[in-house]
Amino acid sequence: QLGREHQGITLRGSAELVAEFFSYGINSILYQRGIYPPETFTRVQKYGLTLLVTTDPELTNYLNNVTEQMKEWLYECIVQRLVVVISSIEGGEVLERWQFDIECDKTAKDDDGPRDKSQKAIQDEIRSVIRQITATVTFLPLLETACAFDLLIYTDKDLAVPEKWEESGPQFIANSEEVQLRSFTTTIHKVNTTVAYKKDSVP
Amino acid sequence: MAQFLFEADLHGLLKLDTPIPNAPPARWQRKAKESGPGPSPVGVSPMKPANRSHSSSKTPSKTPGKSGSKIQSTPSKAGGDRYIPNRSAMQMEMANFLLTKENDPAEESPTKKEQQKAWAVNLNGFDVEEAKILRLSGKPQNAPEGYQNNLKVLYSQKMTPGSSRKNSRYIPSMPDRILDAPEIRNDYYLNLIDWSSQNFLAVALDNSVYLWNHATGEIIQLLQMEYPDVYISSVSWIKEGNYLAVGTSSAEVQLWDIQQQKRLRNMTSHCARVGTLSWNSYILSSGARTGHIHHHDVRVAEHHVATLAGHTQEVCGLKWSLDGRYLASGGNDNLVNVWPCTQGGGGDFAPVQTFTQHQGAVKAVAWCPWQMNVLATGGGTSDRHIRIWNVCSGTCLSAVDTHSQVCSILWSTNYKEFISGHGFAQNQLVLWKYPTMTKVAELQGHTARILNLTMSPDGTTVASAAADETLRLWRCFEMDPIKKKEKEKANCAKSSIIHQSIR
Repeated sequence: QLGREHQGITLRGSAELVAEFFSYGINSILYQRGIYPPETFTRVQKYGLTLLVTTDPELTNYLNNVTEQMKEWLYECIVQRLVVVISSIEGGEVLERWQFDIECDKTAKDDDGPRDKSQKAIQDEIRSVIRQITATVTFLPLLETACAFDLLIYTDKDLAVPEKWEESGPQFIANSEEVQLRSFTTTIHKVNTTVAYKKDSVP
Repeated sequence: MAQFLFEADLHGLLKLDTPIPNAPPARWQRKAKESGPGPSPVGVSPMKPANRSHSSSKTPSKTPGKSGSKIQSTPSKAGGDRYIPNRSAMQMEMANFLLTKENDPAEESPTKKEQQKAWAVNLNGFDVEEAKILRLSGKPQNAPEGYQNNLKVLYSQKMTPGSSRKNSRYIPSMPDRILDAPEIRNDYYLNLIDWSSQNFLAVALDNSVYLWNHATGEIIQLLQMEYPDVYISSVSWIKEGNYLAVGTSSAEVQLWDIQQQKRLRNMTSHCARVGTLSWNSYILSSGARTGHIHHHDVRVAEHHVATLAGHTQEVCGLKWSLDGRYLASGGNDNLVNVWPCTQGGGGDFAPVQTFTQHQGAVKAVAWCPWQMNVLATGGGTSDRHIRIWNVCSGTCLSAVDTHSQVCSILWSTNYKEFISGHGFAQNQLVLWKYPTMTKVAELQGHTARILNLTMSPDGTTVASAAADETLRLWRCFEMDPIKKKEKEKANCAKSSIIHQSIR
């Protein structure tokens, strides 16, 4: 991996970095918000941090499918947004919504020379975002009921829907409070992160 | 209770949009209940609260009117019937919109179209014409049955029952003394109390520092900041107890002489508030909000002798080891750095260890007094763990989940134990046995989160400052009288490295 650090960022490299970030980011959200039992997570070193990833094989499989698909779509620059929707199992009410907006530089092509941004700089930016995700537990309201999560991807309209995927609604939260987190950019892809949560109704 | 029934009835009648509590249920609702698995029979009168066996056990609602409308409303298995038992995977609103949309006129003026498009973008957050939303089909995996969201469990943690084994010593559950600390700043990142070897407890209350003499109970106001809006962010006694270092929000590090109650030095080298200080004989180390740590040699005019850049966010924990060989620092960036006391080959300070395992800010940092190279660290709200490290090998010797924000850790010199201070929800102090990491005792009393802990010079009492504006002194490490005599014999006068006067 040492050689990679000195090379610039290519379109494919950028797609991989962003897809990887989503994989670790989603794992962090699932751990921090308590969607799955904490004992099913294991610690790994990534981005100079200790991150928690799931050991549940079904979940890992599910996330891998999404990550692989994201990599392809990022490479083709047709994906605009990734959303993690957390809703209560009973009643299906959406309680939290993590939105990752992706701005893609469509002029970047495969045979362009690599862009000038060091991997380390990108890693530092990703590290800040992941730390912020971890720190959100200090202000996000407690998820009282058992919750399930859903992943939504906003793509260009004319994309052919691949097998295993289906169309869906945006699943907004009715009365929400939004917090914008840091963003990071690889010069080809820029990712903005926002979290929306249900405003506590006055008892 | 009768008047509530009447009121509820009256309100129900006046409002036309609430369901009529006394009407028989609609046919579709009856059908849904019949085919639904589990909810209690509809035979129950709407006025009586019902036990819904399927949903998580809710206590019966006290307002009969309210429970009435609950029964009439759709059961939780979203409108299932015998053809489609479970509709939760369907997008009812989307389907409805698409169906009704086709009835709209096809001809629209261009401006109207643009206006509609603008509205669509605003409401949906994206251009419906340009993008579509995809979702991986198949219901997303759920957590296994019977799993209750852990966060709720840990934030409503009840007091753990006392250990079954009888403690070999008596630890009073009430504090020895409670002192008033009005205007103390409720900021997790500051270090506002310290206890000197001369038995003075220094407390920073917003912009003043007070000294409390433990032996006599006397209180002296040592200093007050000259400028408004400047507050004190850290205090630290020099080992001999005659000088007090004070860090301020205006990035200054001041040195005060206690006997003369005069300021000796005002050292400026930081550009942001100084939240933490630690002494190593004549070197004073200060950590600031920028993440930088400065070493100051207080004997010379050019005091700023070194800069350690290892944190990207506020440094909130800083402790020199007792032998002066290492400096441990914890920051808001969740890192713990262990620095050597001398510079490396390049003239730059680089940490010998960096620990990334904490998932929250590390303010609690403490060195073990009886085992070399053993360091204890505690994480903030996002982490809640206490970890014990061997700084030479870099291994984590043990970790324990305390279920609460850790603000401070102190090792005992009298027993092989350490004490930790916590925040939400119990605001308690916990005594742990080392190395077994079992809880010896929990001290409750504070009504708001604990901010700092400090220990008396004789090692018997721990003082805790909390956001409830009190300081409580807990006599938790009281020595056995026989062992006390042995210890006193072993103690000898320590020579002072610093000269009496500082220019």
